[in-house]
Amino acid sequence: MSVPVWNPAVEFMEREALERLQLASLRQTVAWALKTPFYRRRLAEVGLTHPEDLGSLRDVRNLPHTTKDDLREAYPDGLLAVELEQAVRLHTSSGTTGMPTVIYHTRRDIDHWTELVARCIVATGATAGDVFQNMTNYGMFTGGLGLHYGAERVGMLVIPASSGNTGRQIQLMRNFQTTVVHATPSYLLHLHSALAGEGVTVDRLKLRKAFIGAEPHSEETRRKIEALFGIRAYNSYGLSEMNGPGVAFECVYQTGLHLWEDAYILEIIDPQTLQPQPEGATGEIVMTTLQRQATPLLRYRTRDLSHLVSGNCPCGRTHRRLARIKGRSDDMLIVNGVNVFPSQIEDVLMKIPEVGTNYLIQLEKRGSLDRLVVKTEIYAKLFTGDPRTLDDLRERIGEALRSAILVKPAVELHEPGSLPVSEGKAKRVVDLRPAF
Amino acid sequence: MAEQVSVFVDNRPGRLNAITGVLRDRGIDIRAMTIADHRDYGVAKLLVSDPRLAHRALAEQGFAAALKPVLAIAIEDRPGGLHELLEILAERSINVLDAYGFVVVPGQWAVWCMEVDDPAEAARLLAAHGLHVLADSELYQLF
Repeated sequence: MSVPVWNPAVEFMEREALERLQLASLRQTVAWALKTPFYRRRLAEVGLTHPEDLGSLRDVRNLPHTTKDDLREAYPDGLLAVELEQAVRLHTSSGTTGMPTVIYHTRRDIDHWTELVARCIVATGATAGDVFQNMTNYGMFTGGLGLHYGAERVGMLVIPASSGNTGRQIQLMRNFQTTVVHATPSYLLHLHSALAGEGVTVDRLKLRKAFIGAEPHSEETRRKIEALFGIRAYNSYGLSEMNGPGVAFECVYQTGLHLWEDAYILEIIDPQTLQPQPEGATGEIVMTTLQRQATPLLRYRTRDLSHLVSGNCPCGRTHRRLARIKGRSDDMLIVNGVNVFPSQIEDVLMKIPEVGTNYLIQLEKRGSLDRLVVKTEIYAKLFTGDPRTLDDLRERIGEALRSAILVKPAVELHEPGSLPVSEGKAKRVVDLRPAF
Repeated sequence: MAEQVSVFVDNRPGRLNAITGVLRDRGIDIRAMTIADHRDYGVAKLLVSDPRLAHRALAEQGFAAALKPVLAIAIEDRPGGLHELLEILAERSINVLDAYGFVVVPGQWAVWCMEVDDPAEAARLLAAHGLHVLADSELYQLF
């Protein structure tokens, strides 16, 4: 079988040439990074003041790590490496205590990102002849615009449906004979169960492929999606700090996710010792951008856990493969594809006087979708005896959380003293979702 | 005006008897009780022999409890008894937020308890129509 490929020169590049390219790009990236106040200080601390100080690719290990906290601290422009006029886009993510993070892109950065996404799309066998319905959120969430640009570059007919409104999604799929979709795995399962309600059977659709990402899922879930729709589902990996989607993607052989090593230096480290993991061992993914001028990031700690897949892929691509994401090395929760930190929820709750100090975050499955339940205690002294003010309070908490974490939780009010007491390491998160 | 005790209560087994247990231990008698279901929680409203003591005892046990004025009106226990009272309120566009009632002497008289937006105004109106709004002391003498 002939392997579909977008950029054969890069995707099949010999390792030696690829690593030479990486070193040159790393030096360029360090040169860009040195333009930012943040990295000038950080790199000076390790005695690096000039890109040529990097003698080999292994020297990347001498560079300091960058964390999400660093991005928060540098917000809004401490990591901006170009003049603002050169930037054409930014994506921010909400953060704790009102401290978001931001990634800027120049026109060339967007161009490079788009190229990576185009490679991913074509690697799955999708072509310009496909009709692509993008069922992920547009806007700050990078999944929408990232895939959109890549799909247009490939030449697909793009339907920017965005997320939600399942009835309309099904209608669009039927009216325009959608052949490829991009969604979270849980949304696709939800979509399938909604088909019957719309009086549509799978064989009335023209769907051939799905790109699934933004939330960890099992091989069983993927096979289930494939069987339910009679399609192939390809695993996608990305994060906004590394542009978004397009970082790593499965090819037609579905043997792990090829990570584009001309665009990123990949390391797998032990999250405790920060030392490199032996080949094939599970650890935290650490990545250095090689092509992003506006916001270069050195050794960014993704907190995602995975391992390298050994051996060569039958497709012939030389870029190494990540196994599917196994989880997180921090407490971040993924709720229907949206990243949520428990501390964000705590910050919101503690600002509401009628709420007591104890709370519990519970994750459940309702059908195929995740359900976030936030259980709070009422503050006894502010209880008026009027149930209507309690209902208003419940509504107010839900709205405050929704605007902070972009997920609408089910809020529950409980008696004072009924939830785990807030001392030491009280277990505040209960995940009742079946293990993936 | 009479007072009722409102108690916030989790909607799960074993919580209502926690409330009644506190009242029993203090020798407090319950004349009437309602509970409204609000999904994860409920609000229990109790008319008791000593509302202040009940409120204090429940608060000491960690309950979120509140004392609230309630209009307690004596009505005749016969067909149309309650209707006459409600007609008066309807004429003046007084909205009843929550209410419950109980019979004191069957066939003779009953008590209608209700929460309205402006209890003082409602009490004046009902008194002007010859209805008897029970004072605290009268209500508790029923026990």
